Amino acid sequence: MSFTFTDDQRQLADSIERYLADKYGFEQRNRIRKGEGGWSRQVWKDFAELGWLAFPIAEEHGGLGGSTVDLALMMEAFGKALVVEPFIATIVLGAEIVARADPERAAEILPQVAAGERLLAFAHSEPNSRYDLPRVSTMATESDEGWILDGHKAVVLHGDCADTLIVSARTGGRDDERDGITLFLVPGDAEGLTKRTYPTIDGMRGADLEFDGVRVGLDAVLGEMGKALDIVEGVVDRASVALAAEGVGAMQATVDLTTEYLKTRTQFGKPLGSFQVLQHRAVDMLSETRFAHALCYRTAGLMDSVGGVERARAASMIKAEIGRAGKMVGEEAVQLHGGMGMTDEMAVGHYFKRLRLIDVTFGNAGHHLSRIVDMA
Amino acid sequence: MDVVLSPEEEAFRQEVRDFLKEKLPADIAEKTGNGFRISKDDHVRWQKILHEKGWIAPNWPVEHGGTGWTPMQKHIFDEECALAGAPMVIPFGVTMVAPVIMKFGNEAQKQRFLPRILSSDDWWCQGYSEPGSGSDLASLRTKAVLDGEHYVVTGQKTWTTLAQHADWMFTLVRTQDTGKPQEGITFLLIDMKSPGISVHPITTLDGSAEINSVFLEDVRVPVENRIGEEGKGWTYAKYLLGHERTSIAAVGRSKAQLRKLKSIARTELAGGRPIIKDPDYARRLAQIEIDLLSLESLVLRTLYAESEGRPVGAEPSFLKIKGTQIQQGLTELLMEAIGPYAAPYQPEAFRDDGWNEEPVGPDYGPALAPLYFNWRKASIYGGSNEIQKNILAKMVLGL
Repeated sequence: MSFTFTDDQRQLADSIERYLADKYGFEQRNRIRKGEGGWSRQVWKDFAELGWLAFPIAEEHGGLGGSTVDLALMMEAFGKALVVEPFIATIVLGAEIVARADPERAAEILPQVAAGERLLAFAHSEPNSRYDLPRVSTMATESDEGWILDGHKAVVLHGDCADTLIVSARTGGRDDERDGITLFLVPGDAEGLTKRTYPTIDGMRGADLEFDGVRVGLDAVLGEMGKALDIVEGVVDRASVALAAEGVGAMQATVDLTTEYLKTRTQFGKPLGSFQVLQHRAVDMLSETRFAHALCYRTAGLMDSVGGVERARAASMIKAEIGRAGKMVGEEAVQLHGGMGMTDEMAVGHYFKRLRLIDVTFGNAGHHLSRIVDMA
Repeated sequence: MDVVLSPEEEAFRQEVRDFLKEKLPADIAEKTGNGFRISKDDHVRWQKILHEKGWIAPNWPVEHGGTGWTPMQKHIFDEECALAGAPMVIPFGVTMVAPVIMKFGNEAQKQRFLPRILSSDDWWCQGYSEPGSGSDLASLRTKAVLDGEHYVVTGQKTWTTLAQHADWMFTLVRTQDTGKPQEGITFLLIDMKSPGISVHPITTLDGSAEINSVFLEDVRVPVENRIGEEGKGWTYAKYLLGHERTSIAAVGRSKAQLRKLKSIARTELAGGRPIIKDPDYARRLAQIEIDLLSLESLVLRTLYAESEGRPVGAEPSFLKIKGTQIQQGLTELLMEAIGPYAAPYQPEAFRDDGWNEEPVGPDYGPALAPLYFNWRKASIYGGSNEIQKNILAKMVLGL
């Protein structure tokens, strides 16, 4: 064991943080999220040129072959700046699924993704599935020239702008059976696809997608028929670690903002930070952040070397932890900011909202605690 | 970010396991396994076995009898010892006073005290707290007045753990009343057989008497038993506090406790099924496992930073708070696991000299409620958790 970052890893994190400090301040981010599409094509282009889109993608698919620890470092930096670009949808989920499910298709698709020329989204959850990954009701029916998709996909992250949707559907089995789930590549503008698009409460973008007799060709099938669930679970576990790392970054920024506020805001003739009750609460926030950070990177380090139950358990532990700790830190930060914490103009509330939405993405703390218990 | 054990580390773990399997006396392991008290003889017997192997003082420099282990090896050793049911090495000598003697003591003191600490021939206790000086330790009032070649010491120390067994006590005393309270404190080593010392047990919530009041009445302490300079005791005490603080997290011991908790929770029934299957209980158990894994992660990171010579800073304060919360959480779940059998008070069942009758309720039962009440101490001692938060607010947040 070494438990330390390499120099390359430190440099990666530094370069991202430097870029974001320059181009992605709180006011700049506000303009970006309120602008066309809710995120910046220019920033995305920069990410591509700086090699950050390619970084987590495997080398054989035109990427740089970053590890999960590298990915976590990137996500932590994004969390500190509350990046709203479709990195999770396209890179963490989309590209990873394509790479794992279908190496041949990956060779065609991922270089375009790495170049910033193709956006992906992962359409899996449904109104009745909540966080249960095997619970898929969307149907794929075989036709003469391909497949017909019918169903409803819920809260698809950046499902509004994706060039290509990766859609899970049943080609066999009951609604909650592990077998019988197949992945399909569907163009974002397919006929019969209705999108209800919306901003999410944390300033990202999402969509509910209705598939009403959407016809796709035989070549739309991604990977092996009926065997998608293992891949989906693996990618979602890894994405949980990535989300946790983003959460850790957001928590750190939240603690920094709160500490700064406690030092500058005066009441009763002295800084808020001189009151012991507030000091201790700030320390509790800091402590949660410190431990979440340590667990997050330990888990990230584990993800590339273990599989099965061990991987699932580790991912659920950090996801449960970030849900609980992120909520605590966010709520406390708003409370310690007093009335100002309630306002949209202060950054703290935006971090709080992102932390709460990280929790409800791919399973909240309660869900993951139950998953850990069920695995025992 | 290499987070799995290397083959060398795995081999070391096996070596420690083999040693424990061969050398840890079964009767002692059984007592710790049941949460029974460990007698002085048991402690000394085990510590002498460790000494014979050369493993009693992993925190010491090799030239004084240390092991030369890496931080990871120390961590593995602690964990394996705890999991095997080895009693904790009493820290007052090996871990606490010895580093101070090594750093600030003179040659004669090193030669006189260190070998007997290493061999467990001397039992040490810590004379810091006083009835009027708890968290505000620097306000201590036990007085030492120089009289020729002796200090004459008068005062009262309290919460003195296992002083009833002690041959020696390292003590903070006041040699000067003027100036800042920290400046008039001197570090003395006091022979517990000196005339004028009396030790009175304090019964705690669990019914045990592991802590004591120590009264000092005109106790004559040779000047040669003073560590370093007069009036510098606070500096030495702070050095001690900064030493080997990651051990305060007690990860190994909590892992052992967790394993025991799971085994009991699989046996005890609630609603006709093992309580470990109760959704609420199981979730709380899962949360504590996450907490313990987080704690271990930060401990390991801190150990590595230390071994690379990077400053550890205030990290031990985080570890102390979280570590003690986990220890207390585990005892809470343990007590809860046995339901109404937490009630019978059976101190005979965990006497350190044994009890031959069957306890009321399960064998592991009598120790659990006392354990819960006893471990409320953890968030109070060693600088209460609130004091740790004061330190963190100042040192890390700059508040």
